[in-house]
Amino acid sequence: MDFTLRKINVKDTKKLTEQLHELFFTQPLAVLSTTGNSQPYCSLIAFAITDDLKDMIFATSRSTRKYTNIKSNARVSLLIDNRSNEVSDFHNAMAVTATGEVTEISEQEEPDCLRIYLKKHPHLEEFVMSPTSALMRVEVGKYYVVRRFQNVMVLQIRQ
Amino acid sequence: MSLLISLDSIAQHDPDLVGGKAYALGILLTAGRKVPMGLCVTTQAYDAYVRSAGLFERIAMELGRKDFSEMRWEEMWDVSLRIRNMFLNTPMPISLLEQLKGRIEETFGNRPVAVRSSAPGEDSLKVTFAGIHETYMNVCGVYSILEHIRLVWASLWADGALLYRQEMGLDTETSSMAVLIQEFINGETSGVVFGMNPNEDEQVVIESVYGLNQGLVDGTVEPDRWILDRPSGKILSHMAVKREQRVVPSSTGTQVEGLSPQQHNTPPLTDDEVRQVYDLVMQAQEVFGCPQDVEWTFHQGELFLLQSRAVTTPNQEGSTDNRSWYLTLRRSFGNLKNLKEKIEGELVPEMKQVAEVLSGIDMTVIGDDELGDELLKRSGIYHSWEKRYWRYFIPFAHGMRLFGQVYNDTVRPLDPFEFMDLLVISDLLSIKRNNMLERMASLVRKENRLRDALRHDEDTSWSVEFSRLIDEFIETFGDLSCGAAECSYDRDSIKSVVREMAVRPPAKSFKDTYDIEKLTEDFLSLFSGDKRSFAAEILDIARASYRLRDDDNIYLGRIRQRLITVQDEARKRLERRGVSVQGYVTAQDLAHALKNPEYVMQSIAEPEEPEGAEHIVLKARQLTGQPASRGIVSGIARVIKTGDDLLGFKAGEVLVCDALDPDMTFIVPLAIGIVERRGGMLIHGAIIAREYGLPCVTGVPDATELIQTGKQITVDGYLGIVIIA
Repeated sequence: MDFTLRKINVKDTKKLTEQLHELFFTQPLAVLSTTGNSQPYCSLIAFAITDDLKDMIFATSRSTRKYTNIKSNARVSLLIDNRSNEVSDFHNAMAVTATGEVTEISEQEEPDCLRIYLKKHPHLEEFVMSPTSALMRVEVGKYYVVRRFQNVMVLQIRQ
Repeated sequence: MSLLISLDSIAQHDPDLVGGKAYALGILLTAGRKVPMGLCVTTQAYDAYVRSAGLFERIAMELGRKDFSEMRWEEMWDVSLRIRNMFLNTPMPISLLEQLKGRIEETFGNRPVAVRSSAPGEDSLKVTFAGIHETYMNVCGVYSILEHIRLVWASLWADGALLYRQEMGLDTETSSMAVLIQEFINGETSGVVFGMNPNEDEQVVIESVYGLNQGLVDGTVEPDRWILDRPSGKILSHMAVKREQRVVPSSTGTQVEGLSPQQHNTPPLTDDEVRQVYDLVMQAQEVFGCPQDVEWTFHQGELFLLQSRAVTTPNQEGSTDNRSWYLTLRRSFGNLKNLKEKIEGELVPEMKQVAEVLSGIDMTVIGDDELGDELLKRSGIYHSWEKRYWRYFIPFAHGMRLFGQVYNDTVRPLDPFEFMDLLVISDLLSIKRNNMLERMASLVRKENRLRDALRHDEDTSWSVEFSRLIDEFIETFGDLSCGAAECSYDRDSIKSVVREMAVRPPAKSFKDTYDIEKLTEDFLSLFSGDKRSFAAEILDIARASYRLRDDDNIYLGRIRQRLITVQDEARKRLERRGVSVQGYVTAQDLAHALKNPEYVMQSIAEPEEPEGAEHIVLKARQLTGQPASRGIVSGIARVIKTGDDLLGFKAGEVLVCDALDPDMTFIVPLAIGIVERRGGMLIHGAIIAREYGLPCVTGVPDATELIQTGKQITVDGYLGIVIIA
């Protein structure tokens, strides 16, 4: 019988952010969802993340549908997960939905962002450097972290 | 695929296919020992079964619901019951059934058999986990055998196995179970021989009982014990016991019966039989090359070897590991009957009396020294009752569990906790208490003047009827003790609860909506003859167990309240002296401080909260627990951390707490749903929620930290999740 209300430590935010870093480090790809004319549209992208988890960086050709969509509506959502498509995913897999706003990276910011991006995806250098490609940044507002099938925590990011 | 292997050809096969028990017996049989004839259902049959009909995936999902490190034993039992129910409700695929049926029927016909677990890898373990998996005695007919095979398979996921999952290497991907079907030997005397006394290498120990071995193994029957010199087999000593009972075959499998006067006075074994058992264990050692523990039985003068495994050290555990204690909570029917008698006839009346005697002393008129003594005395009394609570009351809760298994085996319901519906008939003290509060509330609903007076905290003594009800309440239940929360419990707090209750229509109880007599009769009509009286008796035990699970807390709470009264007085006096008492202080410390003005108290520091990155804020969105009572509801959360939270509870809020103590239940009729950190389907919060038909989710880790008072939350009592807006 519990007579005194147990003092429980507040959930360890640090532990969860470490898990996010681990996930973002091991997963090269994310599903990016954009909207055009009220129609959601999903694309697979290669992403990288800043150390403070505030920004996600990806590259796209300017002639793609996702680029056009972003230009008309900057609000996007991304999904990153470590599923293996096995039953064990229901308790082992972690899925993170990020929501935020995308901007095209300005020339001043470009060297820092490029360094972060190419560190994770060195084989994409040619693609990123092409004059037809754009380097994009998602300012993340929230991460929704889903574990054990139905357990959902929200990490709110103050930009 | 090898689905069935005869015991006499097992020695040529892989031990992982047949499991440790069957393999050892096969080897002994081949070596010429007398072993009952048998057939092994291999692990391939288990694998084929669980891979059919999505069972494998469902087990994996059930086990993955929650981190095991955050689970209480009660929750593991619940998980285990759910998985067992999946096995009960999932028939064997026809092709598998056909392959097993013919040969089983051919081998055993209608003769009784034992259906035993034979888990792979068990023998290589350094510690023994005997009794964790199921074995069924005296099973007749091929269809019954096939049913029991599924039950043995299900016991791969028994609560004990989940507790020792790491040591046993339990894993959904790789774990499997073989089953040994053996001719059932109705032994006149049986026992276990330990080939090497764990306390003395040079000795052999023999334990023996009349009847079947089951009585010895599950602890129902106390055995005679012989100590032998290991090298020579010479009897060194014989410890006789008061022989009273034996386990014999019955229509329900086995049953306990009394011994004849002659058996009372005669040891189950003669010296010559002791010698035969000694020879048997030495032969087994010779076959395996290491000392063995052997189960055996004598039938018509012949000695049968039932099981042999290498001597293992008993499960030695550090003081922090209480898992073996949990395993002792699986009580037999006979044991529960005795417990019921002791609790109802002896312990509960004594508890009531203790609380009454203690309430007779006025704390405000005695000196500081005396108060200190009284504090220590009451602390001692309380802690001795707490110990008895753990020793007798907690194990008695298994009455509900045992009934649940009988119910599920017979009814095969889709909801493995449907059996709880039959237990609601028990008149819980906390419900009676709430009914008295409800009588006051209904008076308030009718009388506007009374309602207004309560709303404005004005005098209500003019209402004779209302005052009489309050007096009656205090006389019957003492006060509104708030359990974990130390709140005041005067007339005003009773009034504030009644005022809130009157805001809403009376809460409906489960009994208003279900016809329990019909449910009971429907259940009992599934049994006939002996079995019906057994079913009625186990239902009776389960109801007592359900009721006591609640009432015992209230009785214990009263004794604790007497302790708190002295503690409060002690704090007051110390504060008058200018000593501030902060945080949690032990009774001993308070008493010392009262008696000795120089003494410095050691208050226990509260743990520091870990730091996180400042720009990141963590919030819970959806939390998973157990669906403890069906229904879905949305409302404002009130998180109970102190007595003030309890008394401030508003009608129509969702109750969020660490553990719903029975002393807190007076606010339940005000709540629209319950969320609890403590997990389990049979815990108090779940019981009360079912009584009132409120959606309830239990076992939500850190519920009181992750949910804040004032938040809009949804309690989904079907899926066992809580959604925070």
